[in-house]
Amino acid sequence: MSHLMNTQHPKTDGPGSSLGEIRSTPPALEVSGISKSFTHRRRETQVLEKVSLTVEPQEFVSIVGPSGCGKSTLFHIIGGLTLPDSGTVSMNGLPVTGQRGKISYMPQQPALFPWRSTLDNVVLGAELQGAPLQEAREAARHWLAKVGLGGFERAYPHMLSGGMQQRAAFLRAMLAPQELMLLDEPFSALDALTREQMQRWLLELWEENRRSVLFITHNIEEALLLSSRIYVFSGRPGSVLHTVEVPFPRPRRDEITDAPEFLQLKRQLSLWMREEQAKSLS
Amino acid sequence: MRSTWRQIWPPLVAVIFFLGAWQVAVSVFHIPAWQLPSPSDIARESQGNASGIWAHTAATLRLTLIGFPVGTGIGLLTALLLHLLPWLRRAIYPLLILSQNVPSIALGPLLIIWFGFGLLPKIILITLVCFFPVAVAAMGGLAQSDRVMMNYMKMAGAGKWQIFTKLELPGSLPSLFSGLKISATYAVMGAVVAEWIGADKGIGYYMLLQKASYRTDRMFVAIVIIVLLSLVLFALIAVLEKWLVRWKPRKEI
Repeated sequence: MSHLMNTQHPKTDGPGSSLGEIRSTPPALEVSGISKSFTHRRRETQVLEKVSLTVEPQEFVSIVGPSGCGKSTLFHIIGGLTLPDSGTVSMNGLPVTGQRGKISYMPQQPALFPWRSTLDNVVLGAELQGAPLQEAREAARHWLAKVGLGGFERAYPHMLSGGMQQRAAFLRAMLAPQELMLLDEPFSALDALTREQMQRWLLELWEENRRSVLFITHNIEEALLLSSRIYVFSGRPGSVLHTVEVPFPRPRRDEITDAPEFLQLKRQLSLWMREEQAKSLS
Repeated sequence: MRSTWRQIWPPLVAVIFFLGAWQVAVSVFHIPAWQLPSPSDIARESQGNASGIWAHTAATLRLTLIGFPVGTGIGLLTALLLHLLPWLRRAIYPLLILSQNVPSIALGPLLIIWFGFGLLPKIILITLVCFFPVAVAAMGGLAQSDRVMMNYMKMAGAGKWQIFTKLELPGSLPSLFSGLKISATYAVMGAVVAEWIGADKGIGYYMLLQKASYRTDRMFVAIVIIVLLSLVLFALIAVLEKWLVRWKPRKEI
């Protein structure tokens, strides 16, 4: 109940001022002051400490951080699988802490259902939300052809290559009716070459079809190439160390990875990451 | 076609070699036919109707074809129920395992005392040997859903029923079928044991009769028929599995 009160307070103490002036559209996702600790064998480990971040509508936001910085726990909290010890999650201005089904999710492994054809896998997100199947299939066919999976509609996932499976898993998340997409290190299991290809593919696709995205990655270059804003996380317990606004205009091309500003940002971020990694090792 | 042949010929040669050695041994060591008949004796006996063995086979087949679906059906229902009601599983599962330590051959006479010589006690006996492998395999399959897929389902807002029908049930099929295959062979065995204990027809009854008159050759014919019945039932299940689990990548051998 308390978080409900918090969000309503500012509205009541500003009589006369219209809400539209304060904020034109509420953020697609607002995470504020999330802390979480787990108890294992009577030892309490703090995983997240007062994490706050925002994803504006149609914004691509990344989280980078050393391994074990609680990124996956944060995703579970946003997805409603885990309840935070304190803090709130709200989407489009509404409190959704602990509610499931508000986001569309792409896990680290493609996790396509082996007994479903590629087409049936891609429409699963829509199917679970009770969206009309015929339309979902229509859209899925269109997009499958567009991402180079035309002709594979009826193939089972094990017949697809790793990169193709990831593309199908991405479409499954993209075609789900929820606005906000959570991508959890989607390319970490791919080889370097395929990974680069997929980054370019995702960049192009997203610029064409803007959604609100929260993206987790270990790869700094990937984060810089794709995002408008990057949250750099500390090691355990995870908290936001730095917030980096990525200045490059869109549409972005591959060449920006060679631009001096890009390299400078990359160096800065790598330095922060290395410091954090060193801290967590000592 | 060629690869099928390559898989088939080693066991085929082994069986032919075994039968040949048996045939030679029987004639070289002058073993009397009532002790151990030669393969050719058994083949000859099976040619000549072997005193109405086909009628007995039909009776056993009928019993198996009733008992197997009933037994596996009850096994499957048990698994679904215990999976959906975890508190019930905690209460019942240990008892279920305990029940398998009671030898079915010891239960047979009791079942006849309680239910007479009709169909019912025999079906109950087959059910008792059939339901356990299916129940355990299905429960294992239902509980071992892929964790990432489960997370996906929950994050995407899937309800308990959606998780069950779209993830747990299809995911449990391969495991369920390994249970069904075990049950298929148990079912034939269960039918024979049931006839052994109290019946007036069937392979089990036939074996009792032939044993009493030392017709070892006919006993062997009966054994061959039991093996064939099990194999056919097993093959039917395997075909059904291949069709229902066609999404699974074929393993290279």
